Amino acid sequence: MKFGVVIFPGSNCDHDMIYLLQNLLGQEVVELWHKSTDLKGCDFIVLPGGFSYGDYLRSGAIARFSPIMDNVIEFANKGGYLLGICNGFQILTESHLLEGALLNNTNQKFICKNQFITPQTNNTIFTKEATIAKPYSIPIAHGEGNFFADEDTIKRLNDNDQVLFRYCDEKGNITPESNPNGSLQNIAGITNKTRNVFGMMPHPERCSDAELGNTDGRIFFESILKNIK
Amino acid sequence: MVNNQTVTVETAKELGLLPEEFDKICEILGRTPNFTELSIYSVMWSEHASYKNSIKLLKTLPREGDQLLVKAGEENAGMVDVGDGIACVFKIESHNHPSAVEPYQGAATGVGGINRDIFTMGARPIAQLNSLRFGDLNNPHTQWLLRGVTKGIGNYGNAFGVPVVGGEVFFDKCYENNPLVNAMSVGIMRKEDLISAVSKGVGNPIYIVGSSTGKDGIHGSTFASADITENSADDIPSIQVGDPFQEKLLLEASLELGKSGCIIGMQDMGAAGIICSTSEMSEKGGCGMNVYLDKVPLRQKNIEPWEILLSESQERMLVCVEKGKEAIVEEIFKKWDLNCADIGEVTEGDRLNFYWNGELVADVPASTLVLGGGAPQYDRETKEPAYIAETLKFNIDDITEPTIEECKEIADFLVQHPNIASKRWVYEQYDSMVGTKNMSTNRPSDAAIVNLKGTSNAIACTTDCNGRYVHANPRVGAQIAVAEAARNIVCSGGEPLAVTNCLNFGNPYVPETYWQFVNAVGGMGDACRKFNTPVTGGNVSFYNQSSMDGKIEAVYPTPVIGMIGVVEKHLQTTLDFKKKGQTIYLLGKSVNDINCSEYLFSYKGVKLSPVPYFDIDEEYNLHHTLNGLILEGLIASAHDVSDGGLFTTLIESAMPNGLGFNILTDSEIRLDAFLFGEAQGRVVVTIDPAKEDDFVDMIGLTGVPCCTIGTITDGAIIIDDEDFGKIEDYKVKYDTSISNVMEK
Repeated sequence: MKFGVVIFPGSNCDHDMIYLLQNLLGQEVVELWHKSTDLKGCDFIVLPGGFSYGDYLRSGAIARFSPIMDNVIEFANKGGYLLGICNGFQILTESHLLEGALLNNTNQKFICKNQFITPQTNNTIFTKEATIAKPYSIPIAHGEGNFFADEDTIKRLNDNDQVLFRYCDEKGNITPESNPNGSLQNIAGITNKTRNVFGMMPHPERCSDAELGNTDGRIFFESILKNIK
Repeated sequence: MVNNQTVTVETAKELGLLPEEFDKICEILGRTPNFTELSIYSVMWSEHASYKNSIKLLKTLPREGDQLLVKAGEENAGMVDVGDGIACVFKIESHNHPSAVEPYQGAATGVGGINRDIFTMGARPIAQLNSLRFGDLNNPHTQWLLRGVTKGIGNYGNAFGVPVVGGEVFFDKCYENNPLVNAMSVGIMRKEDLISAVSKGVGNPIYIVGSSTGKDGIHGSTFASADITENSADDIPSIQVGDPFQEKLLLEASLELGKSGCIIGMQDMGAAGIICSTSEMSEKGGCGMNVYLDKVPLRQKNIEPWEILLSESQERMLVCVEKGKEAIVEEIFKKWDLNCADIGEVTEGDRLNFYWNGELVADVPASTLVLGGGAPQYDRETKEPAYIAETLKFNIDDITEPTIEECKEIADFLVQHPNIASKRWVYEQYDSMVGTKNMSTNRPSDAAIVNLKGTSNAIACTTDCNGRYVHANPRVGAQIAVAEAARNIVCSGGEPLAVTNCLNFGNPYVPETYWQFVNAVGGMGDACRKFNTPVTGGNVSFYNQSSMDGKIEAVYPTPVIGMIGVVEKHLQTTLDFKKKGQTIYLLGKSVNDINCSEYLFSYKGVKLSPVPYFDIDEEYNLHHTLNGLILEGLIASAHDVSDGGLFTTLIESAMPNGLGFNILTDSEIRLDAFLFGEAQGRVVVTIDPAKEDDFVDMIGLTGVPCCTIGTITDGAIIIDDEDFGKIEDYKVKYDTSISNVMEK
């Protein structure tokens, strides 16, 4: 499988993602430069974390207009697999590939720590191999990760089984205390209706290397590899 | 528009120069300088840029070793061999004064500046550390500073994309109006990719790249070379404004530039801006330079040539390009959407000629401006401060030994004291994991461990200094700072390699301050020689004193040590207790000593006491022995005894896995000294029962004192059969003490 990692000016988790896919998982990976429009025949595209264009406006609001994004959006609309992590998730909501928005964390601070999240569905190629209700320790690192959407949208996301992850405690309980940023219903990641676009605030690529002492994130990448034919 | 104001010795004094310095400038030029030239000398000869009151002493520090790849002070940062053809480039720098008046931008630009020092050499920064000092946490002013500094460091570093992996935060009234903000960056590169800070080759073009130039930060280095006063807020225009997005682009462009093979040299623009980089690069290459200031990309109108020269606008570099390869360089910066302007060329001789619309506005010899060249160097008067004698009057017998019941109260007090308690409120605002190299996130150890991907090694890094110890005895206190840094690296399974230092002191013209400085530098030299950790460079920050309502208060002399080491990954050793039933040993000598401890200072209120017990030879043997034990695979955990004493060490080791400890104190030693004393040269290790015989055999051969103090429990804290409570209760207090104040 051929992965493409989009590099925006200000992306800073791009090389972490490339290292994981290429060095640890042995996949073919190409860099996709934001000024280019060529998707280089990739099967799976990742929008990495970082501060695209400095995030001086709303996070992701400018990146969404990068030259490459028109083709990324078209790729996704045709069913291509697309994953956005952290800033990548913000870009996906700004691009309207995913619903909702990411607001400032309720405590108005950037937060970086290990955070438990728990998968909500096995009905995607990204979460198929994960265990529902099990807590996974996945780092978060964001100032604007507070997921918000209107009531109808939240209901639709729930009804259509589009919620991928919720924040939880170390036992897997989804509680207000275990919600780090004020996200509605502890939502940490969602997918689109056609289940080919995935967005999440936590960083599974930061916990997939045994040398760092936590490999909880690896199952999601293995799930991709196993379930895309 | 050129400033044609007539220059006199009065003008020189207003710019912070001494009358004799003005005379020397006239002598160098053979005439009276014009205003632009005088401004040049005023910043280049400021304390901050010239090190005029410290350089002679700094040269006494050990500056050589096989591990060093560049000589100390030769490049922007130290460069050390960490194996596999990889060089580690690292440096620490202060941004104290800007942070005192504008904490957010002051701290942010400190982070930006230190990272540029690393990538200007061709290295990619992979880790940052911050050593911070503030006043009393309960003071709203301190809270304002802490909030701003933390956010400034976070917002800059998080966007720039380099993790904060370690550091210190310490609170004491002496830092009330003059906080210390020291930022350290660590980068890596292939040895052969070094970019030197040099310009040479007559006719080679000089480019300015990165952000445009504005009026921010003008006279920043002069501002850094004076006391903080009630009126310091008026100097806010002297404070630079940071843009981490530009810095991130500049990083990527600079590293691409280094690989292009098109450049002769590069230097970042920090203190004293264009004038500093043009003079230092020229002096190093033994050349001169013509610079056309009207070609510099500007961000505002009505800016004069002298302001362009002195501007400390951030995120800029000066590059000497190989003639004929300009197009390749311009293409790289176009790719990254950054300015890239040809502003001059290398010339023969050593004159720096600055032009403004065809008019020569300054003509100065490069070598007379720079450190080690013509900049002045002074010896200053010293005098032992009166308080030193006072510290020696302290007698431990004047403090009643607490009962075991009282020790519970002290324990409860200490775990919540801001100097001991978790700094989580601060460090969770920093991205500590970007780069996926932080090996300490899930495996805590005394030093931060940063992965060198694709090799068998990792880098250990730490910053250390207890200013209270240095205040009590500058020589021994500075030795302890080095020893503690080395101990942290050894406890983590590493071998100490080299040091960068950030020397934060008061006004060097005060003999008592200079006495502290002389002794601290001496002590640092002793210890760096002992531990074979040469000093590769760093930063001196004087004038860390505030003058409020006529009362002058200097900070504790605070020579912060930034140390790096190398760890073979399979030897990485963590500080957390692993398993109930394992035995807890204390390595090193127990002594009846509570000097300078947080217990004595904050709980008992005794502000003056001698430096804690320290013996440099015992310390060295301890490190050597511990290193051997780790090599043999005998150690389950290692954590040094430092601030807060043994009790704090044990609590910190117990918390990560929710375990406890059951220990017996030593009948020969006072309870408070045993539990809360801060005597140096001690490490707590735990040993798996299966390895205890081997451990005991091996330690017996070394002569390092070792005693069993107890065992790991499943959460209960028991001392001399007394119930001291449960680990989870301590953990809640330890974790929330600072946030309870800050989020009130």
